[in-house]
Amino acid sequence: MKASRTAFRKVWDKAFVSIVLLLSILSIVPLFLIFFHIFKEGFSSITPGFFVNLPKPVGEPGGGIANALVGSGLLVLVACILALPVGIAVGVFLAEARTNLFSTSVRLSMEVLQGMPSIVIGIIAYLWVVKPMGTFSALSGSVALAIMMLPVIVRTTEETLRLVPRSLKEVSLALGAPYYLTVLRVVLPAGISGIVTGILISVARIAGETAPLLFTAFGNPFMNTNLLKPVNSLPLIIFNYAISPYDDWHALAWGASFVLIVLVLALNLLSKVISHRFRVEF
Amino acid sequence: MQAHNPPNSQPAVPEARAGDPTPSVRPVRGRFARGEATFRWALLVGAIAMLLLLAGIFVTLLIGSRLSLSKFGFRFLAGTEWDPISQEFGALPFLVGTLLTSFMAIAISIPFSMAIALSLGEYFRRGWLSSVLRSMIELLAGIPSVIYGFWALFFLVPLVRSLEMQLDIPPYGVGIFTASLILAIMVVPYSASVAREVIAMVPSSLKEAAYSLGATRFEVIRQVVIPYARSGIIAGILLSLGRALGETMAVTMVIGNRNALPDGIFSPGNTMASIIANEFTEATDEIYLSALLEIGLVLFVVSTIINVTGKIVIQRLDRPGSGSPK
Repeated sequence: MKASRTAFRKVWDKAFVSIVLLLSILSIVPLFLIFFHIFKEGFSSITPGFFVNLPKPVGEPGGGIANALVGSGLLVLVACILALPVGIAVGVFLAEARTNLFSTSVRLSMEVLQGMPSIVIGIIAYLWVVKPMGTFSALSGSVALAIMMLPVIVRTTEETLRLVPRSLKEVSLALGAPYYLTVLRVVLPAGISGIVTGILISVARIAGETAPLLFTAFGNPFMNTNLLKPVNSLPLIIFNYAISPYDDWHALAWGASFVLIVLVLALNLLSKVISHRFRVEF
Repeated sequence: MQAHNPPNSQPAVPEARAGDPTPSVRPVRGRFARGEATFRWALLVGAIAMLLLLAGIFVTLLIGSRLSLSKFGFRFLAGTEWDPISQEFGALPFLVGTLLTSFMAIAISIPFSMAIALSLGEYFRRGWLSSVLRSMIELLAGIPSVIYGFWALFFLVPLVRSLEMQLDIPPYGVGIFTASLILAIMVVPYSASVAREVIAMVPSSLKEAAYSLGATRFEVIRQVVIPYARSGIIAGILLSLGRALGETMAVTMVIGNRNALPDGIFSPGNTMASIIANEFTEATDEIYLSALLEIGLVLFVVSTIINVTGKIVIQRLDRPGSGSPK
């Protein structure tokens, strides 16, 4: 009786490892399926013309996603211009601030913003920018994306700057440099690779965002006639074409998905390389 | 200064000293004075702006939804009728849709995320298997949600449709169940990464004590590792719940967009996020827009509560003395 109990415990112990391993492997199966589908369906759309042409109406082959690429670039660029100075400043503030009610609530507000559903940020950008201006615009889309970027930039900046040793700052101060020059010329350069990593991660995050752009950069997501709107974006074009009933447009959307996923993964990879090669380490 | 930062005896956080704020300096005079003042002001203004941003978002949603708040009151959350034409708005179907999809997604994802957390945090902490698995999970977290939705529309929907035909129920393909499936795939990396961190933090002395009493590895995991890491695991699940509640694109694409109470888990429905995505640009009446904004407000409040709770649980873990590997 006792021996069989021990045997069971041993067998179950081994079985449990196999179950854990099996479930772990199962959970990355979707990753391969998604990659497989996107490469299978999307790769054939990728021609040189795909990058320079505008989307064509249904029935005409050879459309491209030039407007979406340019639009995405524009949206991300303006979002960076809006979010980077503020985000880095707040990151510096939090890294340098003593722990008190104010700095804790600023940190908490960043956490809340980080977890906020992106669709809510889209609504806010609509109410703050689109409604007063009376028109959908790239600017409103960038405002929404900038709000989404902020918490990532703030957090990575703060975390990086906290790694900069105090002795480094003390040396600078001892040499007579004022506090602001110490931060700008000593602390920030020492942590620059971490900050750049944070920027890349946040760009990767917003480059694939669709929900905040639905009511800001682009009009109605269900009207697929707005093809020549100046501000389209990769995720929007994927969404609008994916839910359309036409195979031509599906092919275009698969192609756009292919481009988007390569872009996002490349950004993630680049941020990894930078944070490994130029690690902030003292 | 020094009094606030006693030498930290925790070996796990050697950089604690590095994170000290810059020592306070005498007020700067002379040619640097202006730069100094401007710089300090800029930082402070930026930080205040963050608080104003969050407060502004809340107030904007509150003001935007006041029409609906005053007209429907509590009925808004309990009503099942969503009819823009007769201007009757009740958000219960979307509340139910959101809760159903999120909780089903979490339920489906837990075995998988726990398996990953145990693999990476306990069984295979080093080596090629762990680094491959870890990068795969990171990739999974990096895929944009619109691509998840697109893939689900063309892969999961036909799959669910054939399942529904087998079960002899209306083969919509799209619906609550499909949305839960794609959400489950999307949230696995989130709960897994938090759980992995706390599982890896379990002190080896505790585990060794259990081994020395004759426990098998499974018994150590069940009776030492999991209880020790429980609050961290819960925090991870809360964070992924927060993400599931607010997820818009993937859900919108596969949930079927039906504005009525779902009849079952295979029925088409709508979530709070997907109804906003679908109808926001069509909302021409003030009361219609206001009702949608109230849904946004509910989404904001719920996700804030969940995220803050999760963060508080995690913060408790980070405190010194909560245990670190020897």
